[in-house]
Amino acid sequence: MTSLPNSTDKKLGLVIDLDICVGCHACVVNCKEWNTSGYGAELSDQDPYGDAPMGTFLNRVHTYEVQPDVGPAQIVHFPKSCLHCEDAPCVTVCPTGASYKRAEDGIVLVNEDDCMGCGLCAWACPYGAREMDLAAGVMKKCTLCVDRIYNENIPEEDREPACVKTCPANARHFGDFADPDSAVSKMTAERDGMELMPEQGTKPVNRYLPPREKQNEVDILAPFLKPVANSPKGFLGWLDKTLDRI
Amino acid sequence: MHPAPSVIIFTVLSGIGFAMLALLGIGQPEVNGFEAIPYYFVGITLAVIGLLASVFHLKNPKNAIKAFSQFRSSWLSREGVFAVISLVQSTFVLAIKVVFGFHPLLSGGVSLIICSFTIFTTAMIYTQLKTVPRWNQWLTPFVFFLSSYTGAAIILGQVLLGFLLLLMLTVVQIAYWIIGDRAFSKRGHTIETATGLGRLGKAREFEPPHTGQNYLLNEMVYVVGRKHSIKLRTIGMLFLVGLPLPILWFFNVSFAMVVSVFCLHLVGLFICRWLFFAEAEHVVGLYYDKR
Repeated sequence: MTSLPNSTDKKLGLVIDLDICVGCHACVVNCKEWNTSGYGAELSDQDPYGDAPMGTFLNRVHTYEVQPDVGPAQIVHFPKSCLHCEDAPCVTVCPTGASYKRAEDGIVLVNEDDCMGCGLCAWACPYGAREMDLAAGVMKKCTLCVDRIYNENIPEEDREPACVKTCPANARHFGDFADPDSAVSKMTAERDGMELMPEQGTKPVNRYLPPREKQNEVDILAPFLKPVANSPKGFLGWLDKTLDRI
Repeated sequence: MHPAPSVIIFTVLSGIGFAMLALLGIGQPEVNGFEAIPYYFVGITLAVIGLLASVFHLKNPKNAIKAFSQFRSSWLSREGVFAVISLVQSTFVLAIKVVFGFHPLLSGGVSLIICSFTIFTTAMIYTQLKTVPRWNQWLTPFVFFLSSYTGAAIILGQVLLGFLLLLMLTVVQIAYWIIGDRAFSKRGHTIETATGLGRLGKAREFEPPHTGQNYLLNEMVYVVGRKHSIKLRTIGMLFLVGLPLPILWFFNVSFAMVVSVFCLHLVGLFICRWLFFAEAEHVVGLYYDKR
C-alpha cells in the first residue's frame, strides 16, 4: 500500500549550502551520468541535437537574484532535487503502489515495474522533484543514489550520492537527519537550515543553509587612508609625459 | 496545468455517464423492460468512453491494471475501483429491469449512491492536490457533481430537474471561479517561501536551470489559457446554461429538443472543463518565477 510509514529509522537526506554553491551544474551532470546507467530506466533526452532539446533530470540548478531593501542585489545558485519529505504527498496519491517511502531510511522511491505513468505524483509534488521519462513512460526521481550509498562493490569513500561526491565547492552534504550528532544535523542547527515551502506541510528532510548577507559597509577608517598614487612612474611615466608633449 | 484532451474527455463524459446511471437507478425516468436498454446503453457507453480516454493519459498503460490496488490510500485508485463497481452494479439493475420488467427500488438506490461516490472520487483526484490551490477547495466536488448530474438530467429528458440543476450549476460555477481566483495568493505561496530566500530580500529568477522546456513546464506551468480567461468563461457559461435554460423553459419536450440542448450544454461543459485545467496554477511555477 502506498501509505507512508509512521516513522523511519533513519532520515537520510541532503544539506545544500546556498552560501557556497557556485552554480557550476556539476551535480546536475554527474547525477544524470550516474542515474542514466544505474537504477531503473535510463534518463532519456528528446530531440537532443535539434531545435527544442529537452530531457529528464533528477536535479536542476536554478539561479535567483535577491534584492534586499538596501544595497546591491545578490545572486544565489539554487540546486533542487527530491527533498524526501516525511509527509510525502507524491506517495499517497499513487494508484498502483509504485511510489513508496522506505521505513528503514526514509528514501522515497519509484518501483518502475509498477508505474503506469499517470503523472499524478508529479502533480502532487510542490517542488517539481519528479519528472516523467518520456521514452520509458515511467516517473523518475532522485533515489539519493540508493545504488551507491549501500554499494559494497565501490570504495567506502564513494558511498555517497553522485551530486555530493562531485560537488567541487563542497556545497552538498549527505547524512542522517534522525541522528542529532550527524554532520548534517549539526550544520542545520548551527546555520538555521531551512525547509522549502513549509506551508505545504510536506515536512521535507533536505535542508538549505541560507546564504550570508553581503557585507556592504565600508570600513569607517577608509577615508583616512593615504590615497594610492595613480600617476605612473619609471618607463611608463616617461612614456606618459612624452606622449602628452607630442 | 496542461489541459490534456484525455483528462477533459474523461471527466466530462464519465461524469455524465455515471450520473445517468444514478438517475436511472432512482427512476428519473422510470424505464423498464427492453425500453431500459437504450437508456442504460448511452449511460454505460459515455462512462466507458470516458474511462478509456483516461487510459490514453497514461504513458505506460500496460501497468494500468495495478491502479485498482491502492484504494486504501489513493483517490485515483478508488476512482478506478468504484467506476468498475458502478458499471457492474448498474448492469445488474438493468438486468432486473429487462428480465422482470419492474424497477428495483433498493438496488436502484444503491446505484445512486455508488455512482455518486464514483463522481466524487473523480473530483477528489484534483481536489486533494494542495499544490494546485484553485482545485484544493470544497467547491470542486460540487462543480463535478452538478455538471455531471445536469448533463445527465438533460439527456434523460428530465426538464424540471435539469432546469433546477442548471440554476444551481450557474451559482456554483461562478462561486468556484471567484474563490479560485483568490486561492493561490490566499495560501501565501511566493517565490520567497518556495526558495526560503525571503529572509534576504525580494527574489526573482535570474537564470532558469535549463534553456528549453521540460516535463514540469509542459505539464504544470501552462500559462496560455489565462489570456482569454474572461472571454472563455463568458462563452462557456453561454453554452453551459445561457442557451439551454430558455430552450428548456419555452419549448416542449421532444427528442430533437433534448439532444440539441444537451449538445449546447456539452460544448459549454467542455469549455469550462478546459478552463478548469488551463487556469489552474501549480506552485512549482514559483521556482520558475512563472504562474
